[in-house]
Amino acid sequence: MHKIVRTDTLAPSMFLMELEAPKIAEKRKAGQFIILRIDEKGERVPFTISDSDTARGTLTLIYQVVGKTTAQMSALRVGDSILDVVGPLGKPTHIENFGTVCCIGGGTGIAIAYPIAKALGGAGNTVISILGARTKDLLFYEDEVRAISNELLVCTDDGSYGQKGLVTEMLKQLIDRGEKLKMVVAIGPVPMMKFVARMTKEYEIPTIVSLNPIMIDGSGMCGCCRVSVGGATKFVCVDGPEFDAHQVDFELLTKRLATYRDKETESYNRYKHSKEECKIGRG
Amino acid sequence: MDPKERMKIPRQKMPEQKPDVRAKNFNEVPFGYTEELALKEANRCLQCKKPSCMKGCPVEINIPSFIKLIAEGHHWEAIRKIKETNSLPAVCGRVCPQESQCESYCIVGKKAEPVAIGRLERFAADYERRSGKVVKPGLAPPTGKRVAIVGSGPAGLTAAGDLIRMGHKVVIFEALHKAGGVLVYGIPEFRLPKEIVQAEVDFLADLGIEIHLNTVVGKADTLDDLLSDGFDAIFVGTGAGAPLFMNIPGENLSGVYSANEYLTRSNLMKAYLFPDYDTPIATSRIVAVVGGGNVAMDSARTALRLGAEQVHLIYRRSKEEMPARSEEVHHAEEEGVIFDLLTNPIRYIGDDKGRVVAVECQKMELGEPDQSGRRRPVPIKGSEYTMELDTVIVAIGNGPNPLVPSTTPDLEVNRKGNITADLQTCKTSKRGVFAGGDIVRGAATVILAMGDGKVAARSIDAYLKDPGWWDRPAPEPTPEKEEKKAG
Repeated sequence: MHKIVRTDTLAPSMFLMELEAPKIAEKRKAGQFIILRIDEKGERVPFTISDSDTARGTLTLIYQVVGKTTAQMSALRVGDSILDVVGPLGKPTHIENFGTVCCIGGGTGIAIAYPIAKALGGAGNTVISILGARTKDLLFYEDEVRAISNELLVCTDDGSYGQKGLVTEMLKQLIDRGEKLKMVVAIGPVPMMKFVARMTKEYEIPTIVSLNPIMIDGSGMCGCCRVSVGGATKFVCVDGPEFDAHQVDFELLTKRLATYRDKETESYNRYKHSKEECKIGRG
Repeated sequence: MDPKERMKIPRQKMPEQKPDVRAKNFNEVPFGYTEELALKEANRCLQCKKPSCMKGCPVEINIPSFIKLIAEGHHWEAIRKIKETNSLPAVCGRVCPQESQCESYCIVGKKAEPVAIGRLERFAADYERRSGKVVKPGLAPPTGKRVAIVGSGPAGLTAAGDLIRMGHKVVIFEALHKAGGVLVYGIPEFRLPKEIVQAEVDFLADLGIEIHLNTVVGKADTLDDLLSDGFDAIFVGTGAGAPLFMNIPGENLSGVYSANEYLTRSNLMKAYLFPDYDTPIATSRIVAVVGGGNVAMDSARTALRLGAEQVHLIYRRSKEEMPARSEEVHHAEEEGVIFDLLTNPIRYIGDDKGRVVAVECQKMELGEPDQSGRRRPVPIKGSEYTMELDTVIVAIGNGPNPLVPSTTPDLEVNRKGNITADLQTCKTSKRGVFAGGDIVRGAATVILAMGDGKVAARSIDAYLKDPGWWDRPAPEPTPEKEEKKAG
């Protein structure tokens, strides 16, 4: 059992959970993830480790409520527990001093880009971060990312905060002003990663993306998370989660992510309905 | 009773669920012997002076002795006799391919059907479990030595059970959230109820074995970490858990599963109880399972129970070459699985959403025998045809799990990635590290993995008592031992 020691609401439907997992906190490196199962009837869901605190023996997870399990997580309070947490899983990000790097986080991807940007900065890189969100309310971790970046660009789709536009436009600005980017790390919704990859390919800037397919075990035994990279089938949980963005088949990833869309909706609706009934009963 | 009378008793059938009923539920198919049936069956055993049946049992059960005890009505003593050498009798009695193990050596089998050793073993184990009075065996005095077991499948559990009885401290590390390996994620409920696996695991925990779940050795800790953390020896039983695909077009379409994924969703995550349990699984109309082993049978029968209208088993050879346990093939046929034999898929066809909607197959004929001794399937030109479907389960085998070897540079592996170990001793290239089961053999059987666990425990015990043991060459294999292993 892993006790929850802190929860926070970062933005509408965007939450933070800090939970006890001393062994994982000690071993984990940037880019790695865990798989958790809330309770006996729960599913196994992967989450990137956004941060860890070895002194407190804790991990920080940041997640968006998109379905039953994440909704259930957001209803948990400090003192509650998560039944199973396994990790650290996946390969750590390859960190070295490249020179100037650009880390792009879109939506929940900000939480995944953060530890990578932090590690790259720690290795002596000049880190330029780009954060993007649909609208001002959905933006989070701005201060945290600023603290570990040499420069920060923020944009929103609707212009309600920072510059108006998409992360690709921010990246274009950097390239246009002559920034010699040695590497781009792009993490966010699949379309965002796809468009960043398309742009950096044109400018021949090496680009890494962190992929988020459906997973079960996370240790390479089922192939549920398989993707196509450079024409070869790879298992994201053991071969990734990070891959060369210019080699990834994003269409396939999108389609495989939709495999259980109907069932996910069914499960989420059932959960919401049970919560409502519960409230009526209490009222 | 004289032998002639014994020979006249027919082999007793186990009562089982009717095919049309059971194909719609996940309950265990055979109900097991009643006490009366067990008694009758036990009386068929001739109590041979030199019992050949024991040659066919990799975990060395004293078969005539435990059967005699059942025949005398001493069921408690019978299970204790079995447990002297086998820690998982309820499992073995259910999943061993007895027809090619113990029962294939039974003398009665030469003239009539062999004694149902597996069913009697199962009876004794179930008798004890149902009574709720599980008796613990005596443990040797503590030796102060600590052994780490990596993987809680049949090999690891057997090694653990033997080592704790020898007085060693045993800690099991398991990557998943439940112990049992293939017994919990692979073999379905209708063949091996999960509460039985749990009961056998609880029995081991009761003996004092520590079980660390959710611990991926190679990620959390490496073998070297464990050795420097004070473990005196390690047994690696991480299995063959990496699914193989055929690498044909369309294999990454939605609706195409590895058998491991399909079975893990259903067995470990209980997706058949969705949405009561959170893990989803495909709702299918027409399913094709590719392969001819036990895993293929388990997948096909699971798909039927999940409500598929039609389940096809696509196998490239003929029925005679199928590696599956004969009882499972028989059960699958009875339940309505359609066998498309001498057939091989060549590509999967998807719709615009990336979902599989059809498979293109090719008919095969058998040519000359290959390295495995089985006749090689050869494609028949122009025999291609297309079949509509909405789910594919690829059950063509598994490769070794690479996590431990990839983080232990001085652990020797072969070309396929299997750990190199001497199966006479289970010794690897790395001092203090032993390995057995599928990680060494490639995908084999539960009982062979258990046999390896037993051999490893004996070697580890010898090594812990005298570290010099490691440097001495292994004794020459006896011919009998070889035969047993080949079973």
